[in-house]
Amino acid sequence: MPSVEPVILFFVLGAIAGFVRSDLKIPGVLYEALSIFLLLAIGLKGGVELARYPLLDVVLPALAVVVVGALIPLVAFPVLRGVGKLSSADAGSIAAHYGSVSVVTFAVGASYLARLGEAAEGYMTVFLVLLEFPALMIGVLLARRGEQGTPWRQVIHEVFAGKSIVLLIGGLVIGWVAGPGGIAPLDRLFFDLFKGLLAFFLLEMGLVVARRFGDLRRAGFFLVAFAVLMPLAAAGLGLVTGMLLGLSVGGVTLLATLYASASYIAAPAAMRIAVPQANPALSIGAALGITFPFNLVVGIPLYHRLAQHLHHVGA
Amino acid sequence: MELTTRKLLTIVTESALEDTLVHDIENLGARGYTITDARGKGGRGMRDATWAPHANIRLEVLCDADTAQAICTALRERYYDNYSMVMYVGEVVVLRPEKF
Repeated sequence: MPSVEPVILFFVLGAIAGFVRSDLKIPGVLYEALSIFLLLAIGLKGGVELARYPLLDVVLPALAVVVVGALIPLVAFPVLRGVGKLSSADAGSIAAHYGSVSVVTFAVGASYLARLGEAAEGYMTVFLVLLEFPALMIGVLLARRGEQGTPWRQVIHEVFAGKSIVLLIGGLVIGWVAGPGGIAPLDRLFFDLFKGLLAFFLLEMGLVVARRFGDLRRAGFFLVAFAVLMPLAAAGLGLVTGMLLGLSVGGVTLLATLYASASYIAAPAAMRIAVPQANPALSIGAALGITFPFNLVVGIPLYHRLAQHLHHVGA
Repeated sequence: MELTTRKLLTIVTESALEDTLVHDIENLGARGYTITDARGKGGRGMRDATWAPHANIRLEVLCDADTAQAICTALRERYYDNYSMVMYVGEVVVLRPEKF
């Protein structure tokens, strides 16, 4: 099976271990360490690539990507309210999860493309960083419309001082300042080991997904359908936006993957503080239980195929 | 050696609340606290600490009865509806009462 990305098999292994109630357990400190490593490595890689582009070439596409990306929570919210009959707290929280992005899904997408030898614009990591937080703010606003007492200071702190933003932006800046030559001595650690450690992390994510599978029963049919259809719609938006921006096949694929992905690390933390009435089992169940594996196994290869097709038609 | 009784207030809750909770209890008069990572099972299901959103903390405060009462009342009002939280108060003997 040459088309199966090997790191995904680690996710499958973790999920199987979870379902058979194996005593396999990744210690919390290792999980923390792995996530710090992955975030830093992704930031560094993006920073090194970013150094190759004039900054102005990145600013306008980035602006467009963020503005279009803001449509995702704005579309998701009325669907969740109207069709799903969810409370505005739950709808706002889920909209924020889907508007924000998953770093690990992005990393798997990037390694999928790398394995196929498909190049992508190096500044995609900038999009990743910029797409993390606007949706969280929009989700909180939607969830708490008309309500007083949103702890904004705390929410903003949670989002911007959260480890994912600190490490991604920190890595970007370090990579950008140091440039490819400066980072070279660190390549072994941050780039060569990346895929192996990503596999380790996915093993843990498989375990978590399997353990939380019960949450999905509470979610109901609507949310399960939403968790598959929303990423497809968002990916469509990403494909069109990527083509209009003139991105390469790899770039279009990654943008579709970013739009399609749903946050399950930054968003749950921020929403728990900002929208306490929202039930975290619903949003995490959908984002992590369905959308994350869906994007890994079905989504990324599909978005790549569609990006190829669009480029073919365009040419 | 002088032995005096004080209240030991224990709060078991979601680790997402750590920062806000510390802020709250200090404002309510706690002069110190101890936090440990915790996991377990309760009314909101298994909290197994396998990753951040499912992690719990146990926050312990040694204080006088009035402060314990004030903290319990305020926290119950603010967090009981929407967060996993358990609080209980016990009496303990301390060696240096002026600290608590």
